[in-house]
Amino acid sequence: MKLVKAIIKPFKLEEVKEALADIGIEGMTVTEVKGFGRQKGHTEIYRGSEYTVDFLPKVMIEIVVDDADSEKTSDAIVKAAKTGKIGDGKVFIIPVDSAIRIRTDETGPEAL
Amino acid sequence: MKIKKFLLALLLGSSAFLMTGSLGAQELPVEEVAEAVEAVADAIPFEDGYAAFMETPEAAFFTISNLWLLISAALVFIMHLGFATVESGLGQAKNTVNILFKNVFIISMGIITYALWGFNAMYPGFAEGSAGVFAMGSWFDVPASVDMMTAAYADYTWYTDFIFQAMFAATAATIVSGAVAERVKLSSFMIFATLLVMFAYPITGSWQWGGGWLAARGFYDFAGSSLVHGFGGFAALACALILGPRAGKYVDGRIRPILGHSMPLATIGVFLLFLGWFGFNGGSVLSADPYLVSLVFVTTALAAAGGALGSILISWVFLKKPDLSMALNGILAGLVGITAGADSIMPAYAILTGLIAGMLVVFSIIFFDKIKIDDPVGAISVHGVCGIFGTLAVALFSDAAGFGIQLIGTLSIGAFAFIFSAIVFGLLKVTIGVRVSPEEEAEGLDIGEHGQEAYPDFGASSR
Repeated sequence: MKLVKAIIKPFKLEEVKEALADIGIEGMTVTEVKGFGRQKGHTEIYRGSEYTVDFLPKVMIEIVVDDADSEKTSDAIVKAAKTGKIGDGKVFIIPVDSAIRIRTDETGPEAL
Repeated sequence: MKIKKFLLALLLGSSAFLMTGSLGAQELPVEEVAEAVEAVADAIPFEDGYAAFMETPEAAFFTISNLWLLISAALVFIMHLGFATVESGLGQAKNTVNILFKNVFIISMGIITYALWGFNAMYPGFAEGSAGVFAMGSWFDVPASVDMMTAAYADYTWYTDFIFQAMFAATAATIVSGAVAERVKLSSFMIFATLLVMFAYPITGSWQWGGGWLAARGFYDFAGSSLVHGFGGFAALACALILGPRAGKYVDGRIRPILGHSMPLATIGVFLLFLGWFGFNGGSVLSADPYLVSLVFVTTALAAAGGALGSILISWVFLKKPDLSMALNGILAGLVGITAGADSIMPAYAILTGLIAGMLVVFSIIFFDKIKIDDPVGAISVHGVCGIFGTLAVALFSDAAGFGIQLIGTLSIGAFAFIFSAIVFGLLKVTIGVRVSPEEEAEGLDIGEHGQEAYPDFGASSR
């Protein structure tokens, strides 16, 4: 099993979710996060004083899939989340040791 | 009943005789008639005298005026919700409960202390049998009388007079609340606000509206640019100076802005204040006079709009961006600016008054930040600086008063508020302290002072 962890632009979430549903992904966990990469932050102004915002809002999607599905999952995310501009985000694929469905005690790929 | 009504008709009619000096065949001396009239008036129970008055032609205008003042009092009350939301929105999420709590306390305490003390102190001798400024509690000893509940008193009843003025009184302490937000110790603030509203506000109020020395010298402050706003602004300045800035605001000679947590709340608050100001200024006509009330509505709205445009222009040109919080302060600046002359400054000059106030408030906020006086909501600039400007605007843009007395009046009121606040707040500082601990300030006053959160669970409270 693999954990596909994607950090994307918040407004791309809906498109990414639909692209994943199209390839048969049945569940995901989404978190609002902040961070920066090459894009860096920007300056804002409040009551006459400038300040730098380093951490920009992003959305993190986490999906655990069968080894065989990890590539098409990451492909779907990359395709749907791409704008071609700096700050589009990243996708990480991480091995997963085990998985358990709490309701039924199923383990391994059956639990996904 | 019929006899009593007849007696009252005789009483009302005889005043007409007194005017002409003609009494027909009886030829009684004028003094004797006056005494007789008074005796008849005393003999009539309040209910009958009041009922008879309500049947006179005067009663229609009296009723409408009284209703308008009560509506105005309710509008001024809504301003307290406006102050609460502006202050909450421009504060951090972790201090929201504390800010709302202060505002709940101020309006409640303001009305009660004004009933116990302030109303008599501000209008010494108005109540029959009162002992003037030191007439604590005598307000409750006065029974309803025809003198106080009919046109014999004013275009409104004595009760209306009280509730309208009581709503104004609490405003002064609310202004201070914004400037000391996010770091002031709750108990010290509650003591200070009570003393300010109970004792200091009625004293400066009596100088003008109570017929005191400023009124005698031709000072003009229609609805309180100086008496309410300047007063609150200078009290706020003294407290902000004594309290010091919020931790992390000025670091290594640089200004690090501490962001307000809800611009929607701040905007709602300013619109509520704008709405309430129609009562604050419109009610200060003290009658439903169609010409004056409509003029005041127009000047009030024009000045607010001018204030917004002035502050937008200045913030866009000098701060590179059109800052919403500055535009909001600009509306309030325009409103404070027109308050002293809302019935005497004509519409074209009301726009100018608002524009100047709106420009002034942006420079003033930047100035106070430069000299490291931390004022989270801009209360010192909006109410103090624009309060002075508004008072002077009466002399500049109308002929209601001269420049000299306006300057003397506004500086005297500001100085009194500043000195009173410096002494009281200074004494609190050296005794029980006026500031929360650095740990509590970092964690937020909501947990430290109240053990509560405005936004529990995940979300805004973690910011």
